[in-house]
Amino acid sequence: MSTTDGPTLLPSAGAQQDAVDRESLGKQKKGWFNGLGTRWNGLPRQKQWLYLLVIVAVAYLLPILNIPGLTTEPGNNWPLALAQMSIYALVAVGLNIVVGYAGLLDLGYVAFFAVGSYTASMLTSPDSPYVHIPYLWTLPVAMAVAMFFGVMLGIPTLRLRGDYLAIVTLGFGEIVRILATIIPAMKGQVGFQNVGHPPGTDSSGNAIFLNSNGAPWYWLTLTVIIVVLLLAGNLERSRVGRAWIAIREDEDAAEIMGVPTFKYKVWAFALGASVGGLSGALFAGQVGFVNNQKFDVVTSVLFLCAVVLGGTGNKVGAIVGGALVAYIPLRFTAIAEYKYLIFGIALVIIMIFRPAGIFPARQRLLAYGTQVYNKFTHRGSDTPPGGQGEAVGGAHVAGAEEKGAQA
Amino acid sequence: MSEAIEPVIDVEGLREEGVDLALAEQVAPDRDISVKVGDALVEVKNLTMKFGGLTALDDVTFDIKRGEILGLIGPNGAGKTTCFNAMTGVYKPSSGKVLLEGQSLGGLAQHKITRRGLARTFQNIRLFGEMTALENVVVGLDARHRTSVGGALLRLPTHVREEKSSIERGMALLEFVGIADHAHFLSRHLPYGHQRRLEIARALATDPKLLCLDEPAAGFNPAEKEELMTLIRTIRDDGYTVLLIEHDMKLVMGVTDRIVVLEFGKKIADDVPKVIREDPKVVAAYLGEPEDDLA
Repeated sequence: MSTTDGPTLLPSAGAQQDAVDRESLGKQKKGWFNGLGTRWNGLPRQKQWLYLLVIVAVAYLLPILNIPGLTTEPGNNWPLALAQMSIYALVAVGLNIVVGYAGLLDLGYVAFFAVGSYTASMLTSPDSPYVHIPYLWTLPVAMAVAMFFGVMLGIPTLRLRGDYLAIVTLGFGEIVRILATIIPAMKGQVGFQNVGHPPGTDSSGNAIFLNSNGAPWYWLTLTVIIVVLLLAGNLERSRVGRAWIAIREDEDAAEIMGVPTFKYKVWAFALGASVGGLSGALFAGQVGFVNNQKFDVVTSVLFLCAVVLGGTGNKVGAIVGGALVAYIPLRFTAIAEYKYLIFGIALVIIMIFRPAGIFPARQRLLAYGTQVYNKFTHRGSDTPPGGQGEAVGGAHVAGAEEKGAQA
Repeated sequence: MSEAIEPVIDVEGLREEGVDLALAEQVAPDRDISVKVGDALVEVKNLTMKFGGLTALDDVTFDIKRGEILGLIGPNGAGKTTCFNAMTGVYKPSSGKVLLEGQSLGGLAQHKITRRGLARTFQNIRLFGEMTALENVVVGLDARHRTSVGGALLRLPTHVREEKSSIERGMALLEFVGIADHAHFLSRHLPYGHQRRLEIARALATDPKLLCLDEPAAGFNPAEKEELMTLIRTIRDDGYTVLLIEHDMKLVMGVTDRIVVLEFGKKIADDVPKVIREDPKVVAAYLGEPEDDLA
């Protein structure tokens, strides 16, 4: 940053031109989906809801529609593929809280997924000697247990930053997997079969939530995702979201501005972990079988890949990224073997050409900010702020005048 | 906290500076400050700061009176910023203490010191680049907010109230420092001078009892410095107390009520600008040979 040629504070013609330039610069970023974000934000609230409603309806109808070209059949059952995609999407939404909002690189996120899976399976599978509870109750329990682990991991490690934190979390991911192997109660590779599922039977008396029937699982997970998205959106547009982004941007400055950084980092970990646990429990229920083979580091990296691919810090991007990461190997079965190679190359390409991910979106951090911002964007940029012939010290006066003009 | 004493707002001064009084009222601190105007708000006592073998601050003692603008000056490397950092909790002082309204700030976490009422800006601008100007200010306002994570998650009434008030107060603060029309820009897209002002607005948002400005005019041309001086005076007239680190003698002499001079970590003078200007020690250490156009 130049310290010598800062533009003058007086609202001169040059400064106005600068402002106009910046405005137009902000509007025409280069990229593929850019117009989309800007156009979306320009829409009135009702229209946004209407479009969202349509998108959600289409999403719910996906297992029935089975669109040719999009479908994974005949290689893989389409509703089952959708179920898996939705679970990955949910994981990505959770990981996005940690990595995207708070900027904490967590390479061991699969640990929380594993904790959720094991919680659900140990509380419902007939292979487990412990207390059994109905499957749906394991969802909140899995969230709570994963959250507990998140806090336990967070308190000692969140004093570390950057690379150090990444390495510690990587270690944590491995610890959970290895514990599952060596603790007899967790049954290592043998695992737990017949993990529970939500109740309900159809007209012919068969259970609705079968491991072989993906559609109900997909609808359940989709519903969960929508709820989680709404809650995450509430957090984003509150002091919590602002604290997270502030920490991501400049942790020291955030602390000095009165943000209890440590507390909010632990919260990010805890909330991210609970979503991870929730998705783990859904995964256990849908697959019906849990053993130690599914929670390795590679899966963890795959989750991270989903977030980065979609657009770090963007909820919608995380969903798309998560779904894509699950979808590609299922759709293109011929190349499924090479999926890590492909994701690796894809990541490199994306980092070069689109470092902010497929859907880069800035977080909106104010619950009632839209009206204020719209006032600026809709006001013609040809009416400069404040008068030109203002005396020295005019910046304040100009501000005051403007207020008067708006009143 | 003992009985609060209302801040004295210099209405005449504000009017002279051409500030909208309603706006000034909205920006004015509603903090309970228990010391009277003119009494010591912050006391720095025997503050010593050692880095290994280097003594950056050596037994520095001064106080800041409520309602004044205190200048902290000294040549490069004199320990001005170190003094700032030791006061705001960035560094742990080797010995000595800092009292705010008679209570020690030693050992408190930085964010707690901010909540006690000490806010600062940075010499090298440190805004949250991916946030808009308004959001930056609201982060400062959050220091006084009470919403919990649960409250935000479920949008409880406290959260809604605080969010609404923070938009209003945030815009008022931006208007106060003169950049309201840039509220929706990402702070890293703002011009340099606006970024400096935004830092001041963000610090003011934490409702400080003492506002510490670390070289706020660095990189400004004379006209911009003149405007900044007006702004700093306006802030004082609005009831704030200001500690100002500055290089530019003209600015310091023109705006401060009192000046503390540091050299090699030691305090060598502490007086009103007029006396400081004549002080041979200061002249020798900092100002060089006296010149006619110094003021």
